[in-house]
Amino acid sequence: MRRTLIGLALIFLALFLFVPLISVFYEALKKGVDVYFAAITESDARAAIRLTLIAAAIAVPLNLIFGVAAAWAIAKFEFRGKNILTTLIDLPFSVSPVIAGLIYVLVFGLQGWLGPWLSEHDIKIIFAVPGIVLATIFVTVPFIARELIPLMQAQGTEEEEAAVILGASGWQTFWRVTLPNIKWGLLYGVILCNARAMGEFGAVSVVSGHIRGQTNTLPLHVEILYNEYNYAAAFAVASLLALLALITLAIKTFVESKVTQQKTNG
Amino acid sequence: MSTFKQHSVLPGFNLALGFTLLYLSLIVLIPLSAAFFRTAELTWAEFWTVVTTPRVLASYRLTFGASFAAALTNALFGLLVAWVLVRYQFTGKRLVDALIDLPFALPTAVAGIALTALYAGNGWIGQFLEPLGVKVAFTPIGIYVALTFIGLPFVVRTVQPVLEDIETELEEAAAMLGANRLQIFLRIIFPAIFPALTTGFALAFARAIGEYGSVIFIAGNMPMVSEITPLLIITKLEQYDYAGATAIAVVMLIISFVLLLIINLLQWWSRHRKALA
Repeated sequence: MRRTLIGLALIFLALFLFVPLISVFYEALKKGVDVYFAAITESDARAAIRLTLIAAAIAVPLNLIFGVAAAWAIAKFEFRGKNILTTLIDLPFSVSPVIAGLIYVLVFGLQGWLGPWLSEHDIKIIFAVPGIVLATIFVTVPFIARELIPLMQAQGTEEEEAAVILGASGWQTFWRVTLPNIKWGLLYGVILCNARAMGEFGAVSVVSGHIRGQTNTLPLHVEILYNEYNYAAAFAVASLLALLALITLAIKTFVESKVTQQKTNG
Repeated sequence: MSTFKQHSVLPGFNLALGFTLLYLSLIVLIPLSAAFFRTAELTWAEFWTVVTTPRVLASYRLTFGASFAAALTNALFGLLVAWVLVRYQFTGKRLVDALIDLPFALPTAVAGIALTALYAGNGWIGQFLEPLGVKVAFTPIGIYVALTFIGLPFVVRTVQPVLEDIETELEEAAAMLGANRLQIFLRIIFPAIFPALTTGFALAFARAIGEYGSVIFIAGNMPMVSEITPLLIITKLEQYDYAGATAIAVVMLIISFVLLLIINLLQWWSRHRKALA
């Protein structure tokens, strides 16, 4: 019985998880290592890598600050409407990525609310880098907040209150008391946020304009190559993202063991 | 509490809450409201016509049908996987456990092309299925496969902690009182994990209905047959039919919000159950 269940579970995971993962690397390297390296160093690919890194470099820190602020307010204080706030923070999770892109087009697009004003001042948001960054920020808003809120709630307020009573200022309390306690949860949220920011496809696809070399992120570049039947190159670029995913999983597993360690020690 | 906030010695509340609300409004709430305001420009009759054309209805049927089937599959097999991970030991278990989260970490586009290559007629798995008459790639079945991939971690990760916390004394007592394995499972274990199972199902379902990147490669994207609702929204946008795209988006948003509320309630139910136990 035990063996059957384990076997069944592993077959299911193989069909839907392991084999697809392996196939990415297989298809990427099928035509040889030269083709692989050519695909990932080609100029449009490099531009896509740059844009993906820029979007993540802006979205993750901003959402980090947001996550910390929201968790501080929600976890360390009691006020009315807390549940509503937590639900609002979860909103981007429940919205389809395509709709996330659509609403930014509705605000910043040519026919949008700010459209006429933006084109008067010659500022391009939609079909340009700022739009991509905004869409990336939207879809990754909840990640860090959702990690920190339960963590900080579980840790309570005694340590911070003790610090304040002993004369620490707000910032001192935060840096020296709260931050060390939440550092692993913070790291966990950051790597998840980063993985999503670099891999976002639907929302970015809507606001991007798909201009090669300018407004394509790595996932969009994969799509372009694939639609051109350039499979080896598409999988080569995709393998970079898959590698990122595996590194994310590795760091995540490491951080999780640290968090459990912290729980048993502290 | 008749006041807004309880007194506290900790500083920074106004700053933190103020920044949080400002950020949330600018990034999330105001853009989301744009969809509703735009749709409000249509009359009820126009709105209803747009969201109930045959093509749109076909996309709803496909999106919700495939999502439901995928979430159900994940409920069943997710429970199996969680069970195996919690209760059994085998070589490579840690690796398997870590890989469960792959659909969270892997970009949807990468998943999309990988699944398509795999399940196409000449793919590693497709080549076995096609002679049997089962076409997966470029059909609704392919959509189902992609949505199962995307929802895989949800059930496993919500059920795992609950399974780990089940007190074995209850099962041992039942066994001593004469229950067989099936009875123990059905009457002791299953009721305990049911809230988590439904929460995981709802999460997988909610994720699946909005999914775009992993589906558009493996779906045939043919209107009325294999076109998912998010794709329809994009098609309308590309044709500058903003009103149509927004109207359909509003329908999806309302359904998503309702699902979000249901999920919150289910999670409250889970915690409530746990507190009572």
